Amino acid sequence: MTKTPRFWRENKNRYNLIGVKCGSCNAVYFPSRIICPDCGRKSMGKMDKFKFSGRGTVYSNTVVHEAHEQYEMQKPYAIALIELEEGARVLGQIVDCEPYEVQIGMKVKSTFRKLGQDGKSGTIYYGYKFVRERE
Amino acid sequence: MKKVAIIGVGITPFGELWDDSFREIGIKAGFEALHDANISSDDIDAIYVGNMSAGRFIDQEHIGALIADYAGLAHNNIPSTRVEAGGASGALAVRQAYFSIASGMNEIVVVGGAEKMTDIGDVEVNDIQSSAADQEWETVFGATYPSLFALMARRHMHEYGTTREQLSSVAAKNHRHGSLNPKAQFRREIKPEAISRSPVVSDPLRMLDCAPISDGAAAVIMCDMGIAKKYSEHPVEVIASAQASDTLALNQRKSITEMLATKIAGKKAMEMAGIGPADIDLAEVHDNFTISEIMAVEDLGFFPKGEGAKATLDGKTTIGGDIPINTSGGLKARGDPIGATGVAQIVEIVEQLRGKADKRQIKDAKIGLAHSVGGTGSSAIVHILGVGQ
Amino acid sequence: MEIGIVSYGAYIPRFRILPEEIGRVWGLDGKGFGKGLMIEQKSIAGPDEDVVTISVEAARNAMKRVDVSPEKIGAIYVGSESHPYVVKPTGTIVAEAIEATPDLTVADYEFACKAGTAAIQTCMGLVGSDMIEYGLAIGSDTSQGAPGDALEFSASAGGAAFLIGSKDVIAKINTTLSYTTDTPDFWRREGQMYPSHGGRFTGEPAYFKHIVSCAKNLLGKCGTKPEDYKYAVFHQPNGKFPQRVAKMLGFSNEQIETGLLVPQIGNTYSGAVPLGLSAILDEAEPGDRIFAIAYGSGAGSDGFDIAVTDAITRFNRKAAPTVREIMANMKAIDYATYAKYRGKIKLSCEE
Repeated sequence: MTKTPRFWRENKNRYNLIGVKCGSCNAVYFPSRIICPDCGRKSMGKMDKFKFSGRGTVYSNTVVHEAHEQYEMQKPYAIALIELEEGARVLGQIVDCEPYEVQIGMKVKSTFRKLGQDGKSGTIYYGYKFVRERE
Repeated sequence: MKKVAIIGVGITPFGELWDDSFREIGIKAGFEALHDANISSDDIDAIYVGNMSAGRFIDQEHIGALIADYAGLAHNNIPSTRVEAGGASGALAVRQAYFSIASGMNEIVVVGGAEKMTDIGDVEVNDIQSSAADQEWETVFGATYPSLFALMARRHMHEYGTTREQLSSVAAKNHRHGSLNPKAQFRREIKPEAISRSPVVSDPLRMLDCAPISDGAAAVIMCDMGIAKKYSEHPVEVIASAQASDTLALNQRKSITEMLATKIAGKKAMEMAGIGPADIDLAEVHDNFTISEIMAVEDLGFFPKGEGAKATLDGKTTIGGDIPINTSGGLKARGDPIGATGVAQIVEIVEQLRGKADKRQIKDAKIGLAHSVGGTGSSAIVHILGVGQ
Repeated sequence: MEIGIVSYGAYIPRFRILPEEIGRVWGLDGKGFGKGLMIEQKSIAGPDEDVVTISVEAARNAMKRVDVSPEKIGAIYVGSESHPYVVKPTGTIVAEAIEATPDLTVADYEFACKAGTAAIQTCMGLVGSDMIEYGLAIGSDTSQGAPGDALEFSASAGGAAFLIGSKDVIAKINTTLSYTTDTPDFWRREGQMYPSHGGRFTGEPAYFKHIVSCAKNLLGKCGTKPEDYKYAVFHQPNGKFPQRVAKMLGFSNEQIETGLLVPQIGNTYSGAVPLGLSAILDEAEPGDRIFAIAYGSGAGSDGFDIAVTDAITRFNRKAAPTVREIMANMKAIDYATYAKYRGKIKLSCEE
């Protein structure tokens, strides 16, 4: 069973953190939405592509010890809600640091990693994860 | 709008029911409820079944027809509808039945809730549970269902100073209550220290912070209050039913230390019932994780925001406390067969209001609240039941 | 037309393993092996890293340093012997990830350890013939040696990307030439997880013959002598070979020091000369001349005579980390963790 189109469809957004900006109220959203929840009909057709910088701070975090199949090789690993500097929040894995090093308020930036694969013979999918921003 | 009554309840034991298939547990709960209500299958106008994911747990969809068939009701060609809202599927089935009776379309309705989770392995179960969260923007990125609640717990600890000891007090209390419930999956007490020491699932949440994987079914018979006395001397009245939605993914919410859907559904239900939190004698809340119960007792207005954890540790939510929460043992100890859970909560409230809750009976219980959540708070459903007039 | 490097970027995964740790598992004198190979540690890709992710990070680092719109990139070539797909290009994912799609040509290269430099040559040709404005050449690998094999002490992970063009060139490529024969010193057959090699056959008739021949031809064509170059970088399967080949050709240890990364990160295969060259560009100044010879088993060598231009003073080197800054962010892991990260442990779900 291949899920190729389902993942392929979101590639561009997941590769580059592309969301939308509401042309009516300037709010930014990630992932993309067709309608701005605040502006409703006024926003129709005005939700323009918006690329996030990938920089942000940890809003909340956890260390996953019991993982889904795709992530078993990586456990324990850190997951966080990240507040992007432009305003939206995004959920992502934090890699390249000790999982228990992650703390609320820590500065992070996006990186490009493998997210998973469709079984042993299916496609591989890629997208954003985050790394600690080191001074 | 017609008043709606509950005239019968049934529930299977919750747990690992190796010998029973999905259809068997569904039917057992239903027949117990029919028997309790003293009605025959000929009296039934419709069936609503709450079920989250039979398609993935047992490869079976079309649950409405399946249950009607095995209940022997296919002969009568009774309409049967399966309802899904993640963890709130059972509660949503109750609400659909409520609508159909209140509108006058149906007089007597059977509501069932069932899930068979142990036919497959744990890892797959975790995968299915997380499908109530956002598959495209949460789980694909490595989030598990418990990890999303762990994010809420971490933030709650950060904002309100909620402690490990307080989280453990929720599970310890629910296990104590569960030990008094013969249908509960876990009928033994667990010391708070053991909960705090159990293996980490998703920090800060540990194994004993999480509701278990369970099989089970529950059913209630609902009817027009006008005819309820024909079947039951003490019908329980559904005095309010409310529902609210929120974003599917956690990252879209302004606050993750409250469930806004719970707050709104709770407020609407209390307005509809014309009561406040202080008027409620007991509540069954959605404690799929310890942090969920803490947020629920705050969001439903039993305690101010940030004080739910302390109140639990102080014993205010135990049987005999100010507002007993989850006298059945809750999802934590009674068990959480997803689709059955929302219906099982109604069963517990009905038994309490009938004064039939045995060792866990709350004295003079007149008004009870049931609160059910789908996903990470994307759906919330609140029912308020009262002793019928 | 002045064709050369407009920008460059590197990426090396964070994890390292020491030869003594590998030796401990296989009952070998790891420390001795390491000393013999002059490898103190090798880099290892994390469980979520592969040639695609390394290539993307390197390409993004290259693009950060210049103000070139990715749409102007007319070609991307990724050289590697460990592309995650046998069929389906790495380059298309890189192109999408740096937003260079859809108006460009893309292909993956394989030529053992010199696929990256072959990509540079191709881009030079396309820029020189005015078919494209910019080309992106990447050499990147997550190479693996069979467990317990001598290769396991050196095969590592990393990569570098070069933006090739003719405007604001920071390092002009004066001349490039190659030396190629059919020499099977190292190979990996279809469907095999680990490569095989000809043992000592990989030395004299392979590495040394091709590099020395290519280097001599290049010096001859350029009319230069080793002392004309401030820096030199040779393919580095271990620390010993490039030192010996440098000596054979008349280059000093000082000339090869900057580009010799193998002692700290191991043999990054297609990434080896590209990373060494990147480390040189991290510190090079206008007028510096660089001599670079890659070697790929099978076999062939690509040689480059490079001159650093004044444009490097206006180049925003600081916009991305230097090779040695990237190398400094490291974590040593044990063999068990290495086996877990590199798929040497099989989970039931993978069957």
